[in-house]
Formats: sequence, structure tokens, C-alpha cells
Amino acid sequence: MASGESLGNPNQQQPPSVLRRRFVEVLLGSGFVATAAAFVYPVLRYLVPPTTSDLGSDAVVAGRVGELKPNSGKIFRFGNRPGLLIREASGEYRAMSATCTHLSCTVQFREDLREVWCACHNGKYNLDGRNISGPPPRPLEAFDVQVRGEEIFVRRRRET
Amino acid sequence: MSVLRNVGHWLEERFQWDDLVAPLREKTVPVHRLSYWYFLGGITLFLFVIQVLTGILLLLYYRPGANEAFESVQYIMTQVQFGWLIRSIHSWSANLMIFTAFAHMFSVLFLKAYRKPRELTWVSGVILLFLVMGFGFSGYLLPWNTLAFFATKVGTEITGQVPIVGKPMMIFLRGGEDVTGATLTRFFGFHVAVLPGLATVLILVHVLLVQRLGISIPPQLEMEWDANPSAKREMKFFPNFALRELMAWYIALGVLGALAAIFPWNLGVKADPFAPAPAGIKPEWYFLFMFQTLKLIPAKVWFIDGEVLGVLAFGLAGLLWVLLPFFEGDHPSRMKSWITGLAIFALTYMTGMSLYGHFAK
Repeated sequence: MASGESLGNPNQQQPPSVLRRRFVEVLLGSGFVATAAAFVYPVLRYLVPPTTSDLGSDAVVAGRVGELKPNSGKIFRFGNRPGLLIREASGEYRAMSATCTHLSCTVQFREDLREVWCACHNGKYNLDGRNISGPPPRPLEAFDVQVRGEEIFVRRRRET
Repeated sequence: MSVLRNVGHWLEERFQWDDLVAPLREKTVPVHRLSYWYFLGGITLFLFVIQVLTGILLLLYYRPGANEAFESVQYIMTQVQFGWLIRSIHSWSANLMIFTAFAHMFSVLFLKAYRKPRELTWVSGVILLFLVMGFGFSGYLLPWNTLAFFATKVGTEITGQVPIVGKPMMIFLRGGEDVTGATLTRFFGFHVAVLPGLATVLILVHVLLVQRLGISIPPQLEMEWDANPSAKREMKFFPNFALRELMAWYIALGVLGALAAIFPWNLGVKADPFAPAPAGIKPEWYFLFMFQTLKLIPAKVWFIDGEVLGVLAFGLAGLLWVLLPFFEGDHPSRMKSWITGLAIFALTYMTGMSLYGHFAK
């Protein structure tokens, strides 16, 4: 009956029932918070996509000898990212990442300019992958090229 | 007619909606030489309804997924009877809706309809405009063509430029590090479920506010009418204004149908993640002013990346734009306030940059 009396007389101090009420409030409140957290946390984790094991090996076959005429370029797959293989007018091969460092469009070799060009925002790189004009903030990652027999191997440079 | 009246009476006894619709009978619309601008919001709503209906129709055949999306849209356009028309209407109506939403916003600015007590109508309206642009951005990717692929790549990469939260947001939007089929699945979900749900709630709030607060009268006219009450002109909302609005919708439908039939929307070339970005690539016209601005900012401004600066500036501008009415007091001396100047500047800037972006190489 103590709680009934305390409701009837709010002016009277009745610490035990007030305490009891406070206890129930905290219990219920933390119960709700815990339930909400139990719902929200899995949903938030669900929203973050699983990281895919990218890149695979550090070297791929980018093309075959004779496939590219001098002063031309082609896109090849490097893991699940595009790479750019260029054959210079001198016949020498070069390779670099084809993902523009500006806003990650895919770049291409421009035969008329003899430069690497990004169509999205007119960014330009030289054949070393260095950004030389337009918005790109960084050079393209350059790869090592090895010709072994008929195949052109492209290898990621080791971190030094 | 007596059957109809009986049915109405029967329903009235059960719903008791007479009280609910009573204000609608009393509602009036001010009549003056700028009254035509009042139609734009309604036309935008009409085009939204068209979007919902044609969107549902497209859902019957569309299949999300990197290997199926392009082919399914191709199927809609070449095999399904009138599929080309439905898709064309959906695309054209989307573009018209964005245009009328912008026009509606600027008309509200110039007629100063955002003033107290209509601040929240403005806030909900601007958020709706952002949602509509989100519809545009997410829907653009769904056919999975080259242009859409790179537009999405650039657009999400721009999100990634925002300091601290940018990268996680970009990964959330893309469903991974890169734009892939996972991105398409997510964008499909945003486009057909998340955004429509949010937009529907906000439209209800927006329209309810317009109903509660009545239609705004431009301050200049309000003063004239206060000084000379006999000059005041208004018409009943129902049926007088509603029928005129219906005519506006009918005209909008005509324009839409003609555009969709005469200029069917292109499908383009299927996206290839391992092809270089095609020359002359540009975003949709409503993102062009931002695209062109970002293009003009140098790679480095002082010590900040140009992109980061541009993105932060647009983000801040967007936020301030939402809160615009709160910067203007309701003091009569500030009637010819700076907000009109700002609106003119914004309109000129957006139009100028869009045209520049359109014609620039």
C-alpha cells in the first residue's frame, strides 16, 4: 500500500517508494537502450560492405608482344582495378595504374598528345605517370614491365 | 446521383471526414499578376506521381545487377510493348520534375514566400529538392551504361573527399571500394525504397504545411491590400484553383508526352569497368554547375586540396540554403532584403556555370 499512499500525497517525502520508482525507471530505461543498441549495432555493421580480398598477385600478364603497335596504349586488368599499358614510339613498354588520382575515372593513352589523358576533367600525365596538367593531385602509380618470351608481365613496384 | 450521395453519406457516417475537409472549402488563393507561379509546386507534385507510376511499371521488367541491368533496360526498350515510351516518360519526367522543383524554389524566393511562419515549409522543400537530386543520381546508374558508370564513380569519389566521414560514406554508397555491381544493388534500393519513403513523408509534411498556413502573398502586394482592402482579390481553392491546377497538369502531361515520344531517351553503351572514360563525359545538367565549379578550382588552394575545398564549400552552401529563412527578420524595413540579391546571384551563377559546363570542351 506504500506506493498507493505516495501517489496520493505527492508533497510528502516517501524515499523508499520514490527510490523504488527510480529503480524501475532506470531498469526499464536501460532495458530499452540495450534493446535499441541490440538492433542498431547489427544494422550498422550490416551497412558496411565486407572487404573483398583485392589485388590477388602482384603481377599479371598485361598483353602479348605484337599486340600493341608503337605509340599506342591499352587497358588491362590488374586485380579488379584497371591498368594502362603503353608502347612508346621507340617501342619501349610502360605500365601504370589507369585510375586517375583526381576522381578515379579511367585514363587513356592519347596518341596525338603522346600523353596519358583523363576524359572526365581533362587531367594529363606524362609517360612516367607524373601529373603534368589539370586537376590530378598525385602521379599515377607506375608499374614495372618485363617482356618474357611472347608475354608482357606487369609487376607492382615493391615498397621501399 | 442519389446513389453517389447515399454512398457518400454512408461513408461520412463511418469516417466523419467532414471536419477534416472543411478547411479545404474555406481555403482561398490570392489572385494577382504573379499568381501563375503558384502552379509550379503542384506541377512538381504531379510529375512526382508520374514518376511513381512509371517507376512501378519499369520495376515489372527491370533487373538490378551488373550482368542484367543493361540488358533488362534494353529489353524494356526493344521488346516490351510501349516499353520505350514508359522509360522515356520516366526519364523525361524526372528531368522536368527537377526543373520545376528548381523553378518552384526560385519563385518562392522571389515572391518571398519563405518568411515567417513558413520557414519549415521552405526547409522541407529544400530537403525535398536534395532528395529529388538523390533520385536523379541513383536512378541515373540503374541502366548501367558507360556514362552512368563514370558519373557514379566521380560523384561517389567526390563524397569521399569530405574529411573524416567521407571515406566511410563513399564505401557505404558504393558497397565497397569501387563502383561495381554492389553499387548498383545499393543504388537500386535507395532509388525504389529509401528515397520514395522519405520523399512521401516529406511531401505530406510540405503539403500539410501549405494547407495549414495558406498561400503566401508577396509582401509588396500585402501592403497594398492592407492599405486598400477593396483591391484584394482571391479565388476559392476548391474548385476554382484546383481546376486551373488540373489544366496546368494537363498541359504538363502534354509537354511530357510530346518530349518522350519525339525524343526517346537514349540507352547508351553498356558499362565496362575496364574501358577508359569516354571523351566529353559530363554529368546530368542539374549537377553541371557543381561539376564545372570543381573543374575550375585549382588542384591546390593554399594547403587544401581543391576538391576538398569545393566539396566543403558546396556542403556549407547547401546547409545555409536550407536555413535561409532564419537569416531574415520579419522587420518591414528589411523588405528589400539581401535574400533577393542572393537569389539573383544563385540563379545567375547556376545558369552561367551550367551553360559554361555545357559548352566547355
